[in-house]
Amino acid sequence: MRRRWPPLALLAAMIGMWALIVRAAHVPDYLFPTPSSVASSLAGDSGLLGRATLVTMREIVLGYLLAVAVALAIAVVLHFSAALRRALLPLLVLSQTVPTVLLAPILSILLGYGIEPKLIVVAVVCFFPIVVNAVDGLRSADPELIRMMWTLHGDRLSIFRRVELPGALPAIFSGARIAATYAAVGAVFGEWAGSSNGLGFVILQAQPALETARIFAAVLILSTLALCLYALVTVAERLLVPWQPEAHHA
Amino acid sequence: MVETHVLPPGRSGLAVAAGGVVRVLGGKRVLNGVDLQVPASGRVGIVGRSGAGKSTLLSLVAGLAEPDDGGVSVDGETSPAGRLARCALMPQRDCLLPWRSALDNAALALENAGLPRGEARRRAAPLFARLGLAGSEQLRPAKLSGGMRQRVAFLRTLLADKPVLLLDEPFGALDAITRAELQEWLADALATEPRTVLLVTHDVEEALLLCERVLVLGGGRIVAELEVDVTRDAPRREVVTSPAFLELRERALETIG
Repeated sequence: MRRRWPPLALLAAMIGMWALIVRAAHVPDYLFPTPSSVASSLAGDSGLLGRATLVTMREIVLGYLLAVAVALAIAVVLHFSAALRRALLPLLVLSQTVPTVLLAPILSILLGYGIEPKLIVVAVVCFFPIVVNAVDGLRSADPELIRMMWTLHGDRLSIFRRVELPGALPAIFSGARIAATYAAVGAVFGEWAGSSNGLGFVILQAQPALETARIFAAVLILSTLALCLYALVTVAERLLVPWQPEAHHA
Repeated sequence: MVETHVLPPGRSGLAVAAGGVVRVLGGKRVLNGVDLQVPASGRVGIVGRSGAGKSTLLSLVAGLAEPDDGGVSVDGETSPAGRLARCALMPQRDCLLPWRSALDNAALALENAGLPRGEARRRAAPLFARLGLAGSEQLRPAKLSGGMRQRVAFLRTLLADKPVLLLDEPFGALDAITRAELQEWLADALATEPRTVLLVTHDVEEALLLCERVLVLGGGRIVAELEVDVTRDAPRREVVTSPAFLELRERALETIG
């Protein structure tokens, strides 16, 4: 708890400054709303925002899980095949240079307005840091450990299961934590390319109506969702990597 | 229970035999015609300066590498896989897996051999009590002292149930007092669980205390061979200060140069 209060205090101070400046300069609400009008939008539009949150949360969580599964599968394949690693890794890097904003509409055309294109956009945004960290983590196993395993009835599979994979978990979780912060953005991109619900859709609708406070409220919820996902990943890391000294956790 | 291995009588009664072994690493002949013979259940020490090729020799015996010339056999097996199947290596660093408890680290080879974890634990546990490690079974390596970690690493090597143990500077990273303690512990452990041992160390005293024969490796060859015929029943301090022990030590140090 002690570690949490400095960022919270800073956040409170920034919100206070925001309220003061907006009031003192008489900025109209549709240009830049006060914290209190954002709060009243949260309360007043709670039905709309609640439904949208559920939709977006589903996209974030399922898309993220898809990213983790695909990333780990790719990492294991790349780990076991040097030829595939040489062939596929540059292509994966290339895939990251395609702007997601452009990918999303193409996926919408291909797959329609359902949840599938959103999951894919979230997964595309999230999988890369996990793959890169997992491949590095798997390859960084201590060669002396591996030599020792060979003399202890070890084979390729037992070395992977008992040395390389557990040893790579901290690196995998580093990638997974970075990816967790991308997931919400991916869901919004996916919704902007074509959707009829979700927080991204709410933002899109509120913009021409100059419902700026509602946009802020939606963004606030998106940030909270991303933060919750990050926290969940951190908790999972503590459960699955209990041998890591506490200092390594953010 | 770990059963003591009864070695099939090799053609020559030798557990480890090497003849004219040459190994070139980075253009340098690290080993340049090494001959080595370890009788079954014998304990042979190899001493030499750092970089004399001691660890390289162990890798060749273990089947982790092949000599560029000459031949190595373990129990008459000359193929790398055959040697690997008969040797267990204890590296200088304990190489314990940080995510496994002491017991699960010790039982690693049993799990690798295909035993379910529960069964592997059940077989490893009695050795903890027998070799003075009772109470530390559930601790992770981070909670163990350096000496304890080496003991667990040795149990792990023992539990691989291989006829030949290759110990590569097993106590090199420990302080002098802990090292002396562990040397005695190892001697006791090997008395309960006899194996063929090839011990590599830069500590001449350690080799003389633990081995029946000590070879000095220098310039890529065995340059001296010492039969250790001193009695080791007396307390350590008396042994290491006895004239016979001191003379052997002097001869070994002289040939190391």
